[in-house]
Amino acid sequence: MIEVTAGWYMSLAAVLFSIGLLGILVRRNALIMFMCVELMLNAVNLTFVAAGRALGSLEGQVSVFFVLVVAAAEVVVGLAIIVAIFRRRESASVDELSELRG
Amino acid sequence: MIELVIFIVMGAAAIGGALAVIFAKNPVYGALGLLGTLFSLGVFYVVNLAHLVAAVQVIVYAGAVLTLFLFVIMMIGVDKDEDTTEKLRFHRPLVGGLAVITLAVGGALALGGRFDWVPTVAGAETPPNGTVEALAGRLFTDWVLAFEVTALLLTIAAAGAVALAYFKPDGSEPEE
Repeated sequence: MIEVTAGWYMSLAAVLFSIGLLGILVRRNALIMFMCVELMLNAVNLTFVAAGRALGSLEGQVSVFFVLVVAAAEVVVGLAIIVAIFRRRESASVDELSELRG
Repeated sequence: MIELVIFIVMGAAAIGGALAVIFAKNPVYGALGLLGTLFSLGVFYVVNLAHLVAAVQVIVYAGAVLTLFLFVIMMIGVDKDEDTTEKLRFHRPLVGGLAVITLAVGGALALGGRFDWVPTVAGAETPPNGTVEALAGRLFTDWVLAFEVTALLLTIAAAGAVALAYFKPDGSEPEE
């Protein structure tokens, strides 16, 4: 009989976070990079819930609530930026947006 | 025992969906993989007695955010292939190493951590039941200021999205 503890969920969250990190550093499509950011935020949410369970505290779930709001705001603004860039450049590849480099 | 089965099945689904996001050539398949991951996490929230968070996860993430993603993917096209040549030397090995280090540190902290450095751990035998009532009790008392600030943040985000996407590239307003 194996008991699933909070550490299991946190390990799964670490795996998901690492996959998201890998994706955001390797992929070029701005939309896919955005999805990887969402993946990392969700991994952190799972960590919050698991930690709240392990500590017997409801604050973990309250934190998830705020992370969710920030993620929603980030998606709205980020997708608007991607759409604005695409209308100007006809491309969603971040490699072509290198005009600001010093 | 049931929790172990759920963990294995939904954990495999979550990791598979996440891998689909980063390996999919077509962003639509990536979005569907992300949907699978988000739904699996919703199941985990239910298992962890975070009922309101699970409902919000499915409604907001799997519903609204993913729909917005698919809408934008369809709008700006999925036809163009990604240029996969790396301009930095050793880019992929370095990134892979970074991901492995993150995974190792996170996993070690999660599995080895006993949480005994937190003073409140004594009362952790009963996991908190995240009903709407319980969560609202916290949100509207201790966290009410943060709650109001998130309302402001969402208003600013909505206004910013309109400001960014409404005008044409030359700065003029779109004609009716």
